[in-house]
Amino acid sequence: MSEVLVVVEATKEFGVKKVTLEMLTLARELGTPSAVVLGGAGAAEALSAKLGEYGAEKIYAAEGDEIDGYLVAPKATVLAELVQRVQPAAVLLASAQEGKEIAARLAVKLDNGILTDVVGLDADGTATQVAFAGSTIVKSKVTRGLPLVTVRPNSVNPTPAAATPAIEQLTVSVTDTDKLAKVVDRVAEQKGSRPELTEAGVVVSGGRGVGNADNFKLVEELADLLGGAVGASRAAVDSGFYPHQFQVGQTGKTVSPQLYVALGISGAIQHRAGMQTSKTIVAVNKDGEAPIFELADFGVVGDLFKVVPQAAEEIRKRK
Amino acid sequence: MNIVVLVKQVPDSGADRNLRNDDNTVDRGSANNVINEMDEYAIEEALKIKEAHGGEVTILTMGPDRATESIRKALSMGPDKAVHVVDDALHGSCAVATSKVLAAALGQLNADLVICGAESTDGRVQVMPHMIAERLGVAALTGARKLTVDGATLTVERQTEEGYEVVTASTPAVVSVWDTINEPRYPSFKGIMAAKKKPVQSLSLADLGVAPTEVGVDGATSAVIEHTKRPPRSGGAKITDEGEGGVKLVEFLATEKFV
Repeated sequence: MSEVLVVVEATKEFGVKKVTLEMLTLARELGTPSAVVLGGAGAAEALSAKLGEYGAEKIYAAEGDEIDGYLVAPKATVLAELVQRVQPAAVLLASAQEGKEIAARLAVKLDNGILTDVVGLDADGTATQVAFAGSTIVKSKVTRGLPLVTVRPNSVNPTPAAATPAIEQLTVSVTDTDKLAKVVDRVAEQKGSRPELTEAGVVVSGGRGVGNADNFKLVEELADLLGGAVGASRAAVDSGFYPHQFQVGQTGKTVSPQLYVALGISGAIQHRAGMQTSKTIVAVNKDGEAPIFELADFGVVGDLFKVVPQAAEEIRKRK
Repeated sequence: MNIVVLVKQVPDSGADRNLRNDDNTVDRGSANNVINEMDEYAIEEALKIKEAHGGEVTILTMGPDRATESIRKALSMGPDKAVHVVDDALHGSCAVATSKVLAAALGQLNADLVICGAESTDGRVQVMPHMIAERLGVAALTGARKLTVDGATLTVERQTEEGYEVVTASTPAVVSVWDTINEPRYPSFKGIMAAKKKPVQSLSLADLGVAPTEVGVDGATSAVIEHTKRPPRSGGAKITDEGEGGVKLVEFLATEKFV
């Protein structure tokens, strides 16, 4: 079987991201998964156990400042060389900012089609995508080159399949043009140990109805009790209640968790665009006419400052 | 500084949007068409740089005839002129082909700085800035929430999942921006009147030296095979809190095994 290249998404703090495990699971349906680690020195070694656990038969690694110290372009150059050498059956990347950007450059380098926000991929290369804020399901195919797809987090249920991958270090020969955008600093702002927003199985979001930044503690408390991530509507972010990287919506993150809890969110199209493919939706809002209730599997019309603390207390009781 | 802002006309994300049934391309006929929202932040950023450092701001749009409305709207915010790449053969072009056309147009415009929105609200593909930079062999500073210009040196704060990265490059470069970067101005009445007289140059594929076979539905590198509307969600139980709302909520979560 042909190799399927899976470009690994990982963070220093949390290691291999869940979307990588989803891609390895998907890759096993299409061929033999090989993980590609593009990062700082020693990254592949640190990630190899987890990648093997989910079926990576081999790990290609390109590491060091030449790769990690510049924005995206060196990674695309290394990946393009690898693709031309091993002629994989498909290349999978995460449908997040960097994954899409590497894929973009790869598509131009190889004059190859690209499909983003893919939620399913058949052995013949037919991809399923959701378009227009989840309102349209699209079946599509790359018609020039190999299937080059970016996979949306929470699309596949990751399942382990043990393998013991060997690491092959790739020769890094990036050009001066690849080194035009230099990363001079990386600043972590994410606080706490909550799961990453786009990957979380549970997301608890607050909107304008939360009222102020301080009250977001209520949203955080419920998220922590449910083991979820915290999100915010654009109205809440624009009002300064919560940082922008947690914004869910048309201009923000798209999430598709098992459970989405909307607190004090009216459910404007801007917001629905980022969350309406969630499996189960629960809403608390004092306005019974709020459009969020058209989506909610369970809705409570009421004051979130009464309902949420009571719910938190009830969860604690049951634990 | 010679700044070019990429502006895309998209179907209004607040309205019902569809793919066409004949060729599976985006239906730009039935929906209300507007400037891609993120592009307004790109225009604002370009105008701020011009105001601080001097120079000229040019709008570059690829799109059908009716994209003229969005070009005039963009110009009403204050840019100096516009270039409209318009050609019947472009209908249904994929991202790879679109980047080829835009790169060819930019090659004629001698931009020091190209600014665009981080993504469009129709495709949300987020690939165009890097595709164009790859073709032009220039730096791409993408996902900016802050941009600083110091002579020929550009520095951005790039939003990431974990926080932000500080990334720097020299001009010429492509910068893409998120909606946190600024607050776009509203066009003034004077601006709207002035926009009607600003020069808009039309360029065809022949003007750019791109063959019609390289673009459009036939030249696309990917294809939509079929599309279906997802059935709208229907609301489930809705209760009014009479003192037990929180408990009832948790009871529901328990039946769904979340608690």
